[in-house]
Amino acid sequence: MVEQTVQIVSNQRDTDLYFRLVVRAPQIAPLVQPGQFVHLRILPLKHALLRRPFSIFQVSGDTLSILYKSVGQGTEVLSQMPPGDELSMIGPLGHGFTVPAAGGETPLLVAGGYGMAALYLLAQRSPQKGIVFVGGRRRVDILCEEEFRALGWEVRATTEDGSHGEKGLVTHALQTELGRRAPGRKLFACGPTPMLKAVGQLAAEFNLPAELSLDEHMACGIGVCLTCVVPIQTGDGWEYQRTCTEGPVFDSRQVAWEEAK
Amino acid sequence: MNLSVKIGSLTLQNPVTVASGTFGYGAEYAPLIDLNQLGAVVVKGIRLQPVRGNRTPRTFEVTSGLLNAIGLQGPGVDGFIRKYWPFLKELKVPTIINIWGTTVEEYAEVARRFDTLGGVGALELNVSCPNIKEGGAQFGTDVKLLSQVVAACRKATQLPLITKLSPNVVSIAPYAQAAEAAGSDALSIMNSFPAMAIDIATRRPRLANVTGGLTGPCIKPIAIKLVWEAAKAVKIPIIGMGGIQNAADAIEFLLAGATAVAVGTANFYEPQTALQVIAGLRQFMQQQRLQDVRDLVGQCR
Repeated sequence: MVEQTVQIVSNQRDTDLYFRLVVRAPQIAPLVQPGQFVHLRILPLKHALLRRPFSIFQVSGDTLSILYKSVGQGTEVLSQMPPGDELSMIGPLGHGFTVPAAGGETPLLVAGGYGMAALYLLAQRSPQKGIVFVGGRRRVDILCEEEFRALGWEVRATTEDGSHGEKGLVTHALQTELGRRAPGRKLFACGPTPMLKAVGQLAAEFNLPAELSLDEHMACGIGVCLTCVVPIQTGDGWEYQRTCTEGPVFDSRQVAWEEAK
Repeated sequence: MNLSVKIGSLTLQNPVTVASGTFGYGAEYAPLIDLNQLGAVVVKGIRLQPVRGNRTPRTFEVTSGLLNAIGLQGPGVDGFIRKYWPFLKELKVPTIINIWGTTVEEYAEVARRFDTLGGVGALELNVSCPNIKEGGAQFGTDVKLLSQVVAACRKATQLPLITKLSPNVVSIAPYAQAAEAAGSDALSIMNSFPAMAIDIATRRPRLANVTGGLTGPCIKPIAIKLVWEAAKAVKIPIIGMGGIQNAADAIEFLLAGATAVAVGTANFYEPQTALQVIAGLRQFMQQQRLQDVRDLVGQCR
């Protein structure tokens, strides 16, 4: 974990409200493991104080990138920052995905919307290639498909309105594939909570291991404020663990969703 | 140039500490800042037993502030000693342990446990957390109960006692005086201010706990006023806190009557804040040709 001022290399619109930000972060980029995140302070924001967490998308030399959606005052201001501007970054943070071992289980990745970004490094660094299932509401919500294909992965896209790929939910496409009951598979997922819950249920139904990257509101990002806690099974009970520190990636069998209500 | 100040029998190398609940147990910040540069490390509130804390959402960002209702999640005395004390006891700067309970007896028992631990810098009595049903603010908003808690802890330990007061009172003077009379060596002013926010789309409160405590720069003027009033009412030192983001904010607290200060919510968004406050304070003193930081205390005219 390092805090450094980083410079924006590029910050371009991808589709619709999605943007790709590349920054020069020489102290952080080499340390990044798949599934980790950075915590960004958007310096022009004056009255919204907190940093914003973003999954790390790609790493190249001393630069790293994130893929974000402009959804609130923080990301809206961020989307208007030009190359050369500076941000304060803390990272890499959190406990990421377990990279599959050579000759081990076949990874099946499941992404909803910009959750796709958090899975890229895992696909890139996995010696085992597998299938990526990506879903979104519309065509514009399907991101970085080509980047995964370029890594030699099969990509199966689904959209709820049928404007791209198969019509329906990403978890339906996943369920169909799991129904073939090919041996030795493991699921890795990142996306909205309802999708993660559905992936967890499918993993349980087909008796497969699954790692889920959770998306929770954060304040500090480094484990002190206890904002981002989720109920995690421990022994015969459960306790609140931190998405920023013990997570964001958890074993799906440990997440006690029913306690979170 | 002298930056050191005294809180009871405890000497701080400089007057800049951190606010309980915004700094974990110190170790979390060690990769980002040199903890040994601080006046003291102040840890999150601890009671006898582990505490699970409130349901989520637990925090909500508001204009120039943060609303929180964490519910004092923590490892309990034994868990703290096992997990965090081995790291903290090796620091060169004192550790101030924030303690709480649901009864006067529990406060005293926790105080006793830390008294026998050895090496603790001071105890801060949390009688002002707005986010728990039992304990916390119920002790800090009743002068008689406040006196009982402080007196019981005074009997239980030789360690310097700091009483952290609630802002949610008509006048802070009687509470400050009651803590002083019952044997408190210092006061921390202030805890978070009770507050609430509502999501207009869902018409539901932003926090699972419905209400929470407001912190951050938006509460600073409230805290300055309370420090100013308490400083005129007691002789014991005050640690001022509430929205400090830079040295100028800290100096304002000193001028209002605080002997030391604590950086709180700013730790969440800028972990370097406390160190920046120390550097800025030094620079201010040089510019003003001040030899001793204590010459700023209570100098608002």
